[in-house]
Amino acid sequence: MAESVVFQPIVSRPPPLSETGLWHWARERLFGSVTNSLVTLICIYILYLLIPPMLSWAVFNANISGTDRSVCAANPGGACWTFIKVRFVQIIFGLHFGQHPEEVWRPVLGFAMLAGLFAWLLVPRTPYKVQVGLFTLFGFPFIAYALIQGEWLGLPIAPTNEWGGFLLTFTLASVGMVFALPLGIILALGRRSNLPIIRAISIAYIELWRGAPLITVLFMASVMLPLFFSHEIDLNKVVRAMIGISLFQSAYMAEAVRGGLQAIPRGQYEAADSLGLGYWKKMGLIILPQSLKISIPSIVNTYMTLFKDTSLVAIIGLLDLLNMAQTASRSLEWKGYDFEAYVFAASIYWVCTYSMSRYSQHIERKLDTSKRG
Amino acid sequence: MHLVKLMTGGLTALALATLPALGGTLDDVKARGFLKCGIDGGLPGFSAPNDKGQMVGIDADFCSGVAAAIFGDKTKVKFTTLTAKERFTALSSGEVDLLSRNTTATLTRDATLGIDFTYFNYIDGQGFLVKNSLGVKSAKELNGASVCVQAGTTTELNLADYFRVNGMTFKPIGYDTSVQTREGFDGGSCDVLTSDKSQLAAIRSELKDPAGATILPETISKEPLGPAVRQGDPQWRDIVTWTLYALITADELGVTSANVDEMKKSANPDIKRLLGVEDKMGENLGLTNSFAYDAVKQVGNYDELYQRSITPLGLKREGSVNALWTKGGLLYAPPMR
Amino acid sequence: MSGKSRIPFYRNPAVRGVIAQAVVLGLVAWALFTIFNNTVGNLRARGIQTGFQFLDQVAPFAVGYSPFIDFKLGESPYWLVFVIGIQNTILISILGIIAATTIGFIIGVMRLSPNFFLSRFAQVYIETFRNIPVLLQIMFWNFAVFLPLLPFPKDSLGIGDEVFLNNRGLYIPKPIFMDGAAPWVLVAAVALGLLAIILLHRWAKERQYMTGERPPGLLYGIAVALGLLVVVFALFEPLRFEFPVLGRFNLTGGIQVPLPLFTLWFALSTYTASFIAENVRAGIVSVSKGQTEAAQSLGLKRAPMLRLVIIPQALRVIIPPTINQYLNLTKNSSLAVAVAYEELVSLWAGIALNQTGQALVIIAMTIGVYVTLSLLTSLVLNVYNRRVQLVER
Repeated sequence: MAESVVFQPIVSRPPPLSETGLWHWARERLFGSVTNSLVTLICIYILYLLIPPMLSWAVFNANISGTDRSVCAANPGGACWTFIKVRFVQIIFGLHFGQHPEEVWRPVLGFAMLAGLFAWLLVPRTPYKVQVGLFTLFGFPFIAYALIQGEWLGLPIAPTNEWGGFLLTFTLASVGMVFALPLGIILALGRRSNLPIIRAISIAYIELWRGAPLITVLFMASVMLPLFFSHEIDLNKVVRAMIGISLFQSAYMAEAVRGGLQAIPRGQYEAADSLGLGYWKKMGLIILPQSLKISIPSIVNTYMTLFKDTSLVAIIGLLDLLNMAQTASRSLEWKGYDFEAYVFAASIYWVCTYSMSRYSQHIERKLDTSKRG
Repeated sequence: MHLVKLMTGGLTALALATLPALGGTLDDVKARGFLKCGIDGGLPGFSAPNDKGQMVGIDADFCSGVAAAIFGDKTKVKFTTLTAKERFTALSSGEVDLLSRNTTATLTRDATLGIDFTYFNYIDGQGFLVKNSLGVKSAKELNGASVCVQAGTTTELNLADYFRVNGMTFKPIGYDTSVQTREGFDGGSCDVLTSDKSQLAAIRSELKDPAGATILPETISKEPLGPAVRQGDPQWRDIVTWTLYALITADELGVTSANVDEMKKSANPDIKRLLGVEDKMGENLGLTNSFAYDAVKQVGNYDELYQRSITPLGLKREGSVNALWTKGGLLYAPPMR
Repeated sequence: MSGKSRIPFYRNPAVRGVIAQAVVLGLVAWALFTIFNNTVGNLRARGIQTGFQFLDQVAPFAVGYSPFIDFKLGESPYWLVFVIGIQNTILISILGIIAATTIGFIIGVMRLSPNFFLSRFAQVYIETFRNIPVLLQIMFWNFAVFLPLLPFPKDSLGIGDEVFLNNRGLYIPKPIFMDGAAPWVLVAAVALGLLAIILLHRWAKERQYMTGERPPGLLYGIAVALGLLVVVFALFEPLRFEFPVLGRFNLTGGIQVPLPLFTLWFALSTYTASFIAENVRAGIVSVSKGQTEAAQSLGLKRAPMLRLVIIPQALRVIIPPTINQYLNLTKNSSLAVAVAYEELVSLWAGIALNQTGQALVIIAMTIGVYVTLSLLTSLVLNVYNRRVQLVER
């Protein structure tokens, strides 16, 4: 056997020290030019002015011990987390569970189950994803309702109109999300339809809801909805808010879905037609699976808006997370600690929305690779 | 234009033809097993949750009284908290059977909103709360002030009238809820807060510095507060009105929740009629004859309601308009016979 | 026997389309009719009077803030309240749009700055503001920051004796035009100044084409305009200023920007800016790298490169979503209810609705205004998109 000559590239040399590492990064990103250096210095100075007092207020000098305001009154320089600690159950689960802390395990268990289901769905390569997903959508809500409301399981009843705090925010948002998506898909299909009447109705619906601010829709839901139904139908305020939010967001959802539909090349429609598929099969098997995938980022964006917008029910007097925190900070016992209440509520909203936005970016990136290689 | 009119007319006629008849509220309530009562829910003295989370206050207690009159059980009532904006639609649409939410009876509301007022459970009047630091002693000195007021209430209208009549100007800051109004005043977004006097006392006690604010002497309006019912159901209206009258009559006759059983043996025919020992007062209304007995027994007479809820606000009943007519006040119930 | 198998008529797509449409139309008509039916029935049964008659009645309450339209308590009718509501909505929207665009552009450009701190700061700003409900932000600024921190009128924060800030709002001097010809001289001077700026700018451009040197034409123009103003003010005294002074309760005189307006403006602008900043970033990133490299190879520095090469191209991507944000800002201004600024929703769908009980008519009118605005915006966007597309190819 003749020895074959094998081409062996020499290992490339590392880039010069000046082009890598911390030093390079600092030169490039911090001190690239005179202005750049100046900006960096000013920024460091501003951070120096801001960060230490903030940390001292929120962490090092904060009050968390005790159960009443005397602790905080003694040390006014720090945040009064005692207030949040004492009212925690109330702000998260509402007045009913605030009064009956022994029942709190019910919503906690509900949230734990949901977290488990989500973990199952989001972790890659777990089996039975479809079944678990369907269960999360159609089975779990009933279990959660039974558990938290209590009547079906013979537990002490926690009436839905006494659900409050984060629990209410979350319930409103989930119901809105579950109903807005299918409605939105139908509307988007209607808007893209060839049939003029269906298209006109869809457009009218979408533009009407998108034009109005949510708060007027909620006013309408709380003040006018009872007039629209015959008086045998009796809906409580929470349900009316749910209807308002779902109908309102379905219009935005329709636009998000439509974006995806428009991105599907004509060829796909024609190919489906040439296979002899009917409208629903064409849409259900060919078009929607592709377009919904493209729409995921905008759907998640709509969900983020929906989640934040649930806070508007505070204006029609429902005690959601925002209103509950605010009400707690206006009670006689904790007057004057608005700042803490808002910061606490804001951070919960922030964590939820930010994780949604990260998820959406993650999906976007994952989908993007297919296009740009 | 004619076509449109014709079409709307036709549609309206059709609508009326298929309209479901409004059933008797009493039958609805009885069939349902509980009374739906609309309250404010955040107004100390009128309706607010106590430490145990139960709704108490003169408005909430009256709801319980009506439940007791109907069912003989004051717990058969469900409270719905309503904002000022929602209250009338909630009543007229049937979301609640009874609106007991510190609501002022006015002609416009009575005539145009599809509701009927019954009688008064608290006669109030509007006043002003000012910060002491401004050195104001009378409402007549408020020219040019910013005034915090709950938007969309009769309070706002009286305010406008008062300043106009006295040739003064003001700048209204209209908040959506009474709590926001208080917070706005406390935070300093206005110089003076106006509201019903019964509430000013409560609001003052919930300020950061209660001693730093004073209630001015002037009362600028008539605010007869009372329960209201849906229009078009005379029987239901009678039941609510006469339950209220019964509580006032009991006060007049000295019948209290403590002595009501003894009083049943009284020889006084008025008391006998009130408590259903004699005659058929309750049956005439469509209730049992013991309706007033049940109401008084379970929630107390008017004076008990007042002392339980309003007195703690610092508003004495003696000598006020809310005393009985026999004691120089205005509360006067027609005879139960 | 015919060999052709006929397709049954119900398999014909055209027929199916007609049937589907008829069914949908029927359902929608039925739903609308039921709602109409119930509403009319309910209104009638409950004795609620509904209609537009109340619009001509005198509004029995006072309007707190109306900068341009004169509201007379006890004389002005309800429809004027409606108009004032629209006026205040437009006012907050315009103020908000200007501020949000400015902040949004600065933050968006900062987000792409090579400086580590600047880009991180912009990122933190964007992620903080856009992930927290705007209602919470409005309430936070109002009840937790501005109201507790700003002083009472007696201890107003002042800049000189002209501008004051306190818990009632911001007070600035109000210009009052004098009688006679002097104000017209001022108008003429302003017009002349503008003309000078335009002409000198054009002249500078031409010089640049001719010689390659660019004289600072804009600067000259501004100098000429300012000079003209100084001369006019020195010689004619066309206007005086009315300064805010402390009265019995508040500051009186001058122009007042009430605190609710200020808070709402601040909260809406900072919130919307975070979305606009994202649009700006996305727009700039969308301009292909070749453009940057080409600009750099021409020797342009970062600032002129952004201004002359990148941003004009990025604007095509930036503008459509930004206009949508303007619309969102306008709709979000309805959250003024929380801080007692009297725009359309809080004044009309709040106060007027409560005072008249005419829920149906009032909500319909309110939604009508917003839907009209939204449709106008869509129209503008469509026209813009069409124009941009033509320019592009």
